[in-house]
Amino acid sequence: MGIFEELRAIVGARGLITSTEELHTYECDALTNFRALPRAVLLPDSTEQVQAIVRVCYRERIPFVARGAGTGLSGGALPVKNGVVISLTRMNRILEVDLPNARVIAEPGVINLDVTGRVQPQEYFYAPDPSSQSICSIGGNVAENSGGAHCLKYGFTTTHVLGLEVVLPDGSLVHLGGKALDAPGYDLTGVFVGSEGTLGIATKIVLRIVKRPECVQTLLAAFPSTNEAGAAVSDIIAAGMLPAAIEMMDNLAIQAAEAAVHANYPNCGALLLVELDGPIAEVAALMAHVDELCCKNGAWEIRVAESEAERALVWKGRKAAFAAMGRISPNYIVQDGVIPRTALPKVMSEIDRLSKQAGLRVANVFHAGDGNLHPLVLYDRRIPGHEEAAEALSNRLLELCIAAGGSITGEHGVGEDKKKMMSKMFSEPDLETMQRVRCAFDPLQLSNPSKVFPRPRLCGEKPGEYVAHPLETAGIAERF
Amino acid sequence: MAAVSANANRVTSTLEEGLRAIVTPTYVRQASLADSVAGIPPQLVVEPGTEQELARVLKFADEAGLAVIPRGGGTKLEWGNPPARADLILSVTRLNRILEHAWADLTVTVEAGCTIGKLQETLAKHGQRLALDALWPEHATVGGVLSTNDSGALRLRFGSLRDLIIGVTLALPDGTLASSGGKVVKNVAGYDLPKLATGALGTLGVMTRTVFRVHPLAKETCTLTCTCDDAPEAQRLVLAIQDSKLAHSALQIRCGGNAQPQVDVLFEATQAGLVAQTGQLKSLAVNKAFADSTSDVWNARQGLYSAAKQDELNCAIAKFSTLPAQIVNTIEALATLCADGVRWSAVVQATGIGCARLKGAAPAMESALLSFRKDLEGSGGSLAVHHPPAGVSRMEAWGEGGDALPLMRAVKLQFDPKNTLNPSRFVGGL
Repeated sequence: MGIFEELRAIVGARGLITSTEELHTYECDALTNFRALPRAVLLPDSTEQVQAIVRVCYRERIPFVARGAGTGLSGGALPVKNGVVISLTRMNRILEVDLPNARVIAEPGVINLDVTGRVQPQEYFYAPDPSSQSICSIGGNVAENSGGAHCLKYGFTTTHVLGLEVVLPDGSLVHLGGKALDAPGYDLTGVFVGSEGTLGIATKIVLRIVKRPECVQTLLAAFPSTNEAGAAVSDIIAAGMLPAAIEMMDNLAIQAAEAAVHANYPNCGALLLVELDGPIAEVAALMAHVDELCCKNGAWEIRVAESEAERALVWKGRKAAFAAMGRISPNYIVQDGVIPRTALPKVMSEIDRLSKQAGLRVANVFHAGDGNLHPLVLYDRRIPGHEEAAEALSNRLLELCIAAGGSITGEHGVGEDKKKMMSKMFSEPDLETMQRVRCAFDPLQLSNPSKVFPRPRLCGEKPGEYVAHPLETAGIAERF
Repeated sequence: MAAVSANANRVTSTLEEGLRAIVTPTYVRQASLADSVAGIPPQLVVEPGTEQELARVLKFADEAGLAVIPRGGGTKLEWGNPPARADLILSVTRLNRILEHAWADLTVTVEAGCTIGKLQETLAKHGQRLALDALWPEHATVGGVLSTNDSGALRLRFGSLRDLIIGVTLALPDGTLASSGGKVVKNVAGYDLPKLATGALGTLGVMTRTVFRVHPLAKETCTLTCTCDDAPEAQRLVLAIQDSKLAHSALQIRCGGNAQPQVDVLFEATQAGLVAQTGQLKSLAVNKAFADSTSDVWNARQGLYSAAKQDELNCAIAKFSTLPAQIVNTIEALATLCADGVRWSAVVQATGIGCARLKGAAPAMESALLSFRKDLEGSGGSLAVHHPPAGVSRMEAWGEGGDALPLMRAVKLQFDPKNTLNPSRFVGGL
């Protein structure tokens, strides 16, 4: 029996895609400038099927890439040439809702927002809220350690994942963590979350859910520029407040969001969106203080969303900001970098200088509370040299983040896109040490190989006669 | 092959000289009985002054086949199984600087030997704190607290150390000094080694410096306590508070023997927020009275540990984990198992993490703890013995490692292939 027949026997005829036309659907994720056709796409609908597929891959040394909803922005789900894609979209059941313990057990294909949907009637919610939350999957969130606007207060995906069932790259099944805290042993759940599909495939995920706060208030403040808005953020933090979210948009981003969703934003140099949640009396006291600090720093218009509908509209504008760039530019690159928040004025003026130097506009959307920048580099592919200049500028912005003591990614992941930047942020011993974890989980490097690290490291080969590793022959890895 | 003795004299004078060539000779000294690790006496104590020195000592020891026990303040050195071998104590106490408190960025970079007390004092100057109530903060070091994954009642709101650590530098047995994470709160570049090192009992590498996210100090605080009739009532109250819209920072049950369980709630808020929430709490507990209490109740966990330390021949202490809604079953199981002349006290957080101190005859305590562990593991929980009953054959400290144990061994093998660090002290003999 050939390999495809064997795989078809595992997932059924409808669970195996091999025709070129259909494979094109899976050639990239939401970062579309990297594309590769896999040999096949498999759509398992159970842990057992995932295990059976991975066992075949292990036996045949076929690299595989797990894929959720394909909304990733760093090329993490980019197929490996000659490998297969394992799409988890059919594993989309919520297996258990345990309200007294505030836990939900979900399969990886469950959509992020659907978790909240299930527990909303009892006034609970799942806190990590990436902008793509209405379409992205929990499995993808686990791979990327997704964040979102509210992680300033509530933490990231890793804060809310307590346990995992994982199919390891040799096909064996392990359980990491669990519903109860502090399972004995290493915190492999913590290591797996954010490992971008390079350590295996999560097939069940134990999530922590959170009770909805008594009230949520969102304040919108218009400032002359990002400097004043940034100073207001500093003052809010210095006053000992920890808002649920602090978001900032510059004028270009405001214009785009307005054009796209008519969020009724004031036309200003910088817009600050501050959300507080908690007990009514507490929020009222703190919101008065936030208002005062915004005024002190030059806000010329301050509004507090009066209704849930108004609040939703304010957020719609912010969450649509990336997609809205299409309204003001034919093409754009979404960047994701982090700086210590206090470096904001310096970094902003440098972004402005580089933008002028390159002759390209840069729109800025930030998670201002935690210094996570999303500069959007606007360009026109039809103009010769524009795309290359945009890519160069975009990379330069990441170097700015590193120089400021920050990170090359706050929430989008390294994936294919930024693996070369890893050597700029980490030293060789740092990267080599991370790869030890990789070697423990996946010595043959079959699970999403060639991502995250600038160079894959081959693990634990014994000295002896030279035999080419399958990854070497595939041109994916080099021996060193 | 003959078994390797746990306390054979493996540090020859030549090796000792080699260590003195790395670290200022004053900081290489013979160990005393007070340096023993769970009953195993080491030969030498080495106190490097820089992380580079520390990495070189570690490499030297690894190459010489010496077993290394990393140590901070030594307050929790008995946690875990006795080491299979113990040659060197590698003390991090000279690495005790606070390197950067970027208060406006809500981060602090600190060396592993800094005490939690000194760290908190420094953070407080800018109205901030590491949101963690660790045991014995005056003596416990950052590295020790991280390695043992110690946490108290504030965990309910702020998470445990895994949620507070954002960067780490580790010295590995081959001399590598490697950093992971960073100095910004939000960062997903590379694997999360800070989490791997947290709670690993120093078996993978020695932490030399760490970066934490910090939180503002509470503006105002208020502690309230309610005395309940029995454990089921305490459980109902805890679950009702958890299911409410109160924004409490800590919630625990104190119980033991025939005493009535007490439920403590901590609020941290503005004055207006405190008034509103204490009012809501009182209306939530319809037939029960919450009374103003003191912050001393939050030292109850440390009280149990300290009492066990002072009376170590007659006491045992264990940390356990259960599901929040199963706290009552856990307390009742403990009470039943301790019926045989063993007295017990426990503090259980609303997270399901608790500690239990037992006092009585060693065999009876051992039997109770083993049954208690079985009970907890049967419902997805766990039990780690932090101070075993004296005089009985040593109890396994951790319990079941589950089906991920082979994977944990593979991780250990990658980081510490010669089993140099804390040999056999961790789960499954790691």
